[in-house]
Amino acid sequence: MSIVRTKEDAAPAEASPASATGWQAAVAGSFERLLRSRPTRPGETYGVPGQGETVVLSLVTIVAFVFVWWLVTALGLVKPLFVPSPQAILLKFVDVLTNGFTGTSLLAHAGISAARVFGAFLLACAVGVPLGLAMGMSPTIRGIFDPPIEFYRPIPPLAYLPLMIIWFGIGETSKVLLIFLSVFAPVALGAKSGVRSAAIEQIHAAYSFGASRWQVMRHVILPSALPEILTAMRIGIGFGWTTLVAAEMVAATKGLGYMVLTASQFLQTATVIMGIVVIAAIAYAFDMLMRFVERRLVPWKGRM
Amino acid sequence: MGLEIRDASVVYPAADGRAPVEALSRVDLTIRPGEFAVALGASGCGKSTLLNLIAGFLAPSSGDILLNGKPVAGPSADRSVVFQKHALLPWLNVVENVAFGLKLQGRPRAARQEVAEKFIGLLGLSGFETSPVYSLSGGMQQRVGIARALTSDPKLLLMDEPLGALDALTREKAQELILNIWHETQKSVFFITHSVEEALFMGTKLIVMSPRPGRIAHVFDLPFSKRFCDGQSARAIKASQDFIALREDVLAIIFADEEAA
Repeated sequence: MSIVRTKEDAAPAEASPASATGWQAAVAGSFERLLRSRPTRPGETYGVPGQGETVVLSLVTIVAFVFVWWLVTALGLVKPLFVPSPQAILLKFVDVLTNGFTGTSLLAHAGISAARVFGAFLLACAVGVPLGLAMGMSPTIRGIFDPPIEFYRPIPPLAYLPLMIIWFGIGETSKVLLIFLSVFAPVALGAKSGVRSAAIEQIHAAYSFGASRWQVMRHVILPSALPEILTAMRIGIGFGWTTLVAAEMVAATKGLGYMVLTASQFLQTATVIMGIVVIAAIAYAFDMLMRFVERRLVPWKGRM
Repeated sequence: MGLEIRDASVVYPAADGRAPVEALSRVDLTIRPGEFAVALGASGCGKSTLLNLIAGFLAPSSGDILLNGKPVAGPSADRSVVFQKHALLPWLNVVENVAFGLKLQGRPRAARQEVAEKFIGLLGLSGFETSPVYSLSGGMQQRVGIARALTSDPKLLLMDEPLGALDALTREKAQELILNIWHETQKSVFFITHSVEEALFMGTKLIVMSPRPGRIAHVFDLPFSKRFCDGQSARAIKASQDFIALREDVLAIIFADEEAA
């Protein structure tokens, strides 16, 4: 039955080139495709927005981007001062890896920056997750902590960097604290809203077995908040890397942010871009790790 | 003995400029040990409010709720609840979900395992002990919920539309399963549904509720679940003359109440 219908549907399309000229039919055909979509293949759901694989397209985009970048520099359309070639970045990477930058090896720069970001991140999670959960659970604690967090959250870290330095000096404290603050707000707010993910039936079921408030918190609310807490941590660490350069602006002698800023003052564009790529690579690798942890820890996410 | 509700009313306070809503008005109800009480009615007639009262999630505005002579003060393990959905914990597997109540009650691991195994067998879930609950079908998830509620050996089993989310065929099977378990364990049950056929088939006592204000409009005694437990087949009961006659009577009453309200 369906086979017969398919043939009937196809017939007018085959007939059309005979009645109209070829290009008119082609234009009409592509319009047709834009306006209404065909039935899906088995295994897909009809009409799901944006469904389909993207990996190949993403890889092609990256390759094309690097190719255009190389082409522009190879043809000498832009001066290396503004856009150094991809090879130059790679050579600079090897150079700094072997000889270091301002007397410090690349690994040491990356190491100290990672220590600042991850140190601040761990600290922010250790404080932010319990506080966020407490804010979700208790109107008293929410009432107290909501205003300060909501107040400072939208302020750019650069704006309060001077205050940090005035209060905590030019040592590690002010740097880690600056990153800590940028990670803390999203983590705490994520944990706070995560408290709401438990279905009321799950909570009622636990109480009807005679659970205490603490048991409901420990055995129902905390596990169901976990997906949202992990997402908040991923968002938080992103903010942490964003703040790194600001934190290493003042009185730093090591770190990727310091390297990028110093190189920019000496117009070493290749080092600037290389530093940016290294920061992006570390952040991306950590995000991959977090996604892996997410899959292992909350395989049930979104499935019930 | 059993559960006794005396002249209980629930009034939700005025909000957003609306007048106070009387969700339940002057409810009197007794559920004796071993009785299967089914509450039937359209949405908004206070069925769930009544269940929340019995479960101890809600305090009545006036009136008393007594279980074996003692007033109900908050939720407790002697009144387990089976919900329509969303009540299982997806981070636990089947046996952990079934044993969840016992864990909260601080029972040692070996004991919880033993009790959970027993009810997993009773509900026909053997072989799925370590499956994640989100991989089960709706009917099986509901059986996990029922097994979990039975583990704490409640005096009264509260079921809030437990079969409402199941497809019609699974639902019929689940009805028979619940009746068999009820017959075997001799529990008292308070069961909410809005399927007339399900209510007539399962209950020993039918409570027909009416909306605005929510109240108990009629109470019937039902013979059909006894017949099922005596060995008659479910379809034969549901197709019998007196079942069909009573079904039409009850439907007529419900529609008449709707018109009047």
